[in-house]
Amino acid sequence: MSRPALGGISFSIAAGELVSLVGPSGCGKSTLLRLIAGLDVPDSGELFVGNEKIVEPHAERGLVFQDPNLFPWLTVRRNIEAGLVARGVLHEKRSEVPEFMRLVGLEAFANSYPHHLSGGMSQRVALARALINHPKVLLLDEPLGALDAFTRMRMQDEVLRLWENRRTTMLLVTHDIDEAIYMSDRILIMTPAPGRIDREIDFDLARPRDRTSDSFLRFRTEILEHLHFAGKAADISA
Amino acid sequence: MNADAAVTDKRSRLPWPMQLAVPVASLVTFGTHLLIAQKASPLETHSYMLLFWEIIGVSIVLAIAQRFWPALRKWMRHMWPIFTAAILSLGVWDVVTVGFHLLPLPYFPGPAAVLRSLISDRALLLDSTWHSLALLVSGYTIGVIVGLVTGVCIGWSNPVRYWGMPLLKVVGPIPATAWIPLAMVVSPSAIVSSAGLIALAVWFPVTMLTASGISNTRASYLDVARTLGAGRLYLIFRVAIPAAVPNIFIGLFMGLGASFLTLVVAESVGVKSGLGWYVSWAQGWAEYGKVFAALIIMAAFFSTVMTLLFELRDRVLVWQKGTIKW
Repeated sequence: MSRPALGGISFSIAAGELVSLVGPSGCGKSTLLRLIAGLDVPDSGELFVGNEKIVEPHAERGLVFQDPNLFPWLTVRRNIEAGLVARGVLHEKRSEVPEFMRLVGLEAFANSYPHHLSGGMSQRVALARALINHPKVLLLDEPLGALDAFTRMRMQDEVLRLWENRRTTMLLVTHDIDEAIYMSDRILIMTPAPGRIDREIDFDLARPRDRTSDSFLRFRTEILEHLHFAGKAADISA
Repeated sequence: MNADAAVTDKRSRLPWPMQLAVPVASLVTFGTHLLIAQKASPLETHSYMLLFWEIIGVSIVLAIAQRFWPALRKWMRHMWPIFTAAILSLGVWDVVTVGFHLLPLPYFPGPAAVLRSLISDRALLLDSTWHSLALLVSGYTIGVIVGLVTGVCIGWSNPVRYWGMPLLKVVGPIPATAWIPLAMVVSPSAIVSSAGLIALAVWFPVTMLTASGISNTRASYLDVARTLGAGRLYLIFRVAIPAAVPNIFIGLFMGLGASFLTLVVAESVGVKSGLGWYVSWAQGWAEYGKVFAALIIMAAFFSTVMTLLFELRDRVLVWQKGTIKW
């Protein structure tokens, strides 16, 4: 018997927003992201970017995965150029490559191969690779999940810096509630079986946000309660 | 600082025993040969003696040169034990064959006789080597090109895989040498059919491994490429094929081994030139010195070709960490 992964999801994101999609494992966050990217097709319903229906992947909807998935046979520079080559615009847009390498702080590694890079560095290359296509929306599927706690916090600032610099619309999927509160304008809370968006929370906190401030903790408590993780032990059957 | 100086000091000197190893081994081996020559005559000594004088001369020159040249010193440190063992093994070969007749004459001549055959028949050997090289290169190249094309098609396209795999599974495992009788009848020229057989022997492993490499391309690479705006050509030529290159090289190596085998057999049976032909021709005249000379050349020839393929692989797969050393 097959269960629907997602059931009746409807939401919209405004241009330039940084929205987080938070929820436990298996609630369908990654499935939803793949649908928006165009890698999968929904059984029913439609997705739009502006007025255009999403039917297939396109560089205007960039996707950064949890595993950076850098092409191991290409250097850092050529990995970043990959989108330009794929779209046949390398010749015109090649001059932007140094700018994006500088943006993620990896000019010194331009000619290194991915196996020389650490996890954080690889993710930065993956970000540059997606951003050089000037996407209308950047989808991030738990991009910092594989990093250690300290690198993760530094990378959160990195991503925020990139966002503030370019104001690309970003949809960030994460299971880390602190990350979502630290970074987003808005949080969509998803619950599983079937995946649906339960709640939307807006933030009006100024950035950079203080992870130890009262308002931060207040939001945190609110979300944890909503997901039944506050106070006593979690109810696993939920 | 003192420890550093001690380390560089040790490394800057090749120990005396090592410097003397090759000349001493040469003297020992040649001495053995002379001893044996007394017992069994007539025995070739002239060119064998020249060989050893040359080895001794070169090793003395290198022993002096390495004082001034660290790179040479490093190479000598690495290779000298192997060279010494190789020279001593010539002595063992001499003792086993000519000295104590442990291996029956005339089938197993001593090293001096082989050296004499090598030198006296060098024109024909060179000609044979050249013919073998030409046949190998043409057969291998055709096999690789066809193999890569069929491999990519079978790996990428489902319909092609549906029809191609059964063909591959039935025709591929048949050794190319089994087709020799048919090939000799069907084809106008032995050289064309031999090249075709070599190509067939190479085609199977190259196709199998290319197809496997392509169809096992990580889906995440393809997903990433699609979100970067890639079309089908980019996905095939800039993602699937580069990702499959490590597998492709495995196929190339397997194909190379199969091609050596098919080359020698095809030459022995049909073609009137080449090292394989030379071996059966020399055997026909019971000139076993020449047989061994050809075997030695074959070893050097094939080994060099393998090395070239490994060098190519190291260059192409520079992005991979941890590759097998040849």
